[in-house]
Amino acid sequence: MTPHEHDGSQTVSVNPQDGARSGLRADVIQFIYKTLVITELDVRKLRHDPTEIFMRVVQPALWLLVFGQVMSQLRAIPTGDLRYLDFMAPGILAQSVLFIAIFSGITVIWERDLGIIHKFLASPTPRAALVTGKALSAGVRALSQGVIIYVLALLLGVQVNWNPLALIGTLLAVLLGAALFATFSLIIACLVKTRERFMGIGQLMTMPLFFASNAIYPIAIMPDWLKVIARVNPLSYQVDILRSLMLGLPSATNLLVDFGVLIAFTIVLIWIGARLYPEAAI
Amino acid sequence: MTIIETHDLTRRFGTFTAVDTLNITVNEGEIFGLLGPNGAGKSTSIKMFTTLLPPTSGEALVAGYSITRQSAAVRRAIGYVPQLLSADGTLTGYENLLIFAKLYDIPSRGREARIQDALDFMGLGEVANQSVRTYSGGMIRRLEIAQSMLHRPRLLFLDEPTVGLDPSARRAVWENVREMCREYQMTILLTTHLMEEADSLCSRIAIMHLGQVAVLGTPDELKQSIGRENATMDDVFIHYAGTGLESGGTYRDASRARRVANRVR
Repeated sequence: MTPHEHDGSQTVSVNPQDGARSGLRADVIQFIYKTLVITELDVRKLRHDPTEIFMRVVQPALWLLVFGQVMSQLRAIPTGDLRYLDFMAPGILAQSVLFIAIFSGITVIWERDLGIIHKFLASPTPRAALVTGKALSAGVRALSQGVIIYVLALLLGVQVNWNPLALIGTLLAVLLGAALFATFSLIIACLVKTRERFMGIGQLMTMPLFFASNAIYPIAIMPDWLKVIARVNPLSYQVDILRSLMLGLPSATNLLVDFGVLIAFTIVLIWIGARLYPEAAI
Repeated sequence: MTIIETHDLTRRFGTFTAVDTLNITVNEGEIFGLLGPNGAGKSTSIKMFTTLLPPTSGEALVAGYSITRQSAAVRRAIGYVPQLLSADGTLTGYENLLIFAKLYDIPSRGREARIQDALDFMGLGEVANQSVRTYSGGMIRRLEIAQSMLHRPRLLFLDEPTVGLDPSARRAVWENVREMCREYQMTILLTTHLMEEADSLCSRIAIMHLGQVAVLGTPDELKQSIGRENATMDDVFIHYAGTGLESGGTYRDASRARRVANRVR
C-alpha cells in the first residue's frame, strides 16, 4: 500500500500567475519553513524538559574515561603516532550521535498511539518537511553531545583542533549523521509500528553499526569481510570527518567524499521516510 | 451548498470492508453527526475525508476538492481533532497553538491576535502559559479544538470530541462547538458514542452499520422513523445498529480508548 499522493508539489504558489518556477520556489520555501517549525516544536520541548540531555552525558563519559583510558594503557590497537584516546574521542562522538538518533524513531510510535501524528498529517505540512524536521531535531539533540565530548576531550588532554572552520565542519557532520540515522530510525518505526519490536530492532542495529565502523579501531585491522561492511557503513564516513576535523588530521578517504556519502544517504532516507510516514497513521 | 459529497466511497482492509460504497452529502453550515457501533466505519470515513487514508475505490469531494487528487488542498480547507489526545503535554497551551498557527501558514502579522482570539474563545486565556500537563481533560479538549480552528477552516472534523469527559466539561465543549458553528459559519462533522450529544448538537445524523449508512435524518425524523412513542436516540441507535454493538473494536482500539479516558480524567 502506498500513500496516494505526495503532497509537497501541490502547495499553492505565493503568486499563482507567476507560473511553475515560482511554484517550485514556493514549494522549497514552504518545505524549509515547515521543517524549521517541526524542529522548533522539538527544541521547545527540550527547553521545557532538558533532563534527557544531562542523562546522555553518562555513556560517552564512561566510554572515554573507562574504555579509552584502559585501552590506551594496553596499546593493543595500532593507531600510529596518535594516542589511542585521541583516536577514539571522535569515534565516541559519532557513537553517541548514533545512539541518540537510532532510537529517536520511537517518538513516531508514541505520537501514533497518542494521535498527534494524525493531526500533523491532516495539516498542510509536506510529508518530507515532517520527516526532515524530525531529523533536524535529532541533530539538535546530538549537538549537545558534541559539546559534552569536546569538554571531556579537553579534560583528558586530547589535542583538539580549534580551527573555526573545522568546528563548523564538525557541527555539520554531527547534524548530518544524526539526521541520517534518525530518518533510518523513523523508517523502522513506520514499518514495525509497535514499541517492543522497535526497541528490539534498535538494539539489534546499534552494535553492528558501531562495531562495523572505524569508530574505535582503524578499518585496516579488520578482517576482509568486515572491511566491506565498514566501507558501506555511513558511520565510518561520519567518523572519518570527525577524526579529521576534530584532531586536525588528513582524512583517511576524502572529506568531500565523506560529506557526499552522508548527504546522499540522508536524502534517500528522507525520500523513503516521507513516503512511509503517512502509513504510521493507518 | 454541499461541503462533503461521497460517491461509492469504499475502503477495504484485506477481506474486511470497513466502509462499503458510502454515499452521503453534508451541507455547509450544519453540525453533522456520524454515529455507529465500534467498527461501523466512522473513523475510517473520517480518515478518508481528512486524507489520512486513501480509499480503495470511489471518491469524495471535501470542501470542493477531491480527496484522492487534491489532498493538499483538502488539508488546507479542513480542521481535524483526532479522538486521541493530540495536544503536546510538554508544551504550554500557547506554544501548542503557536506551532499549529505556523503549520497552517497564518501570517506572522496576525498570528498573535489569532492565537489570543482562540484562547479567549475557548476560555483558556488565563492558563495559556501553563504546561498542558496541568490542564484538565476538558481544557485539553478545548485547546485541541482551538488548535484546529486557528486557520478558520470551512469544515471541522471532531472524532469523539467528549470521550472521557465529565458531564460539565462535556457541556462546555458542546457550547464551544455550537458557538463556533454560529460565529465562524463552520461546518462540523463529529462522531460520537453519546446519543445525548448527537441529539442536542447535531442538525442531521447518519447512523452507520457495517460500513454503510443505515439511516440518515434529523434527530426528530430518526426518532419518528422507528414508530415508537417517545422514542429516544438510544432507541433509534439500537433499532438501526443494535446487533452490531459488540462486533467491532480491536484490542488496540480498546486499549487506546481506555488510555485516553485515563489521561483526560
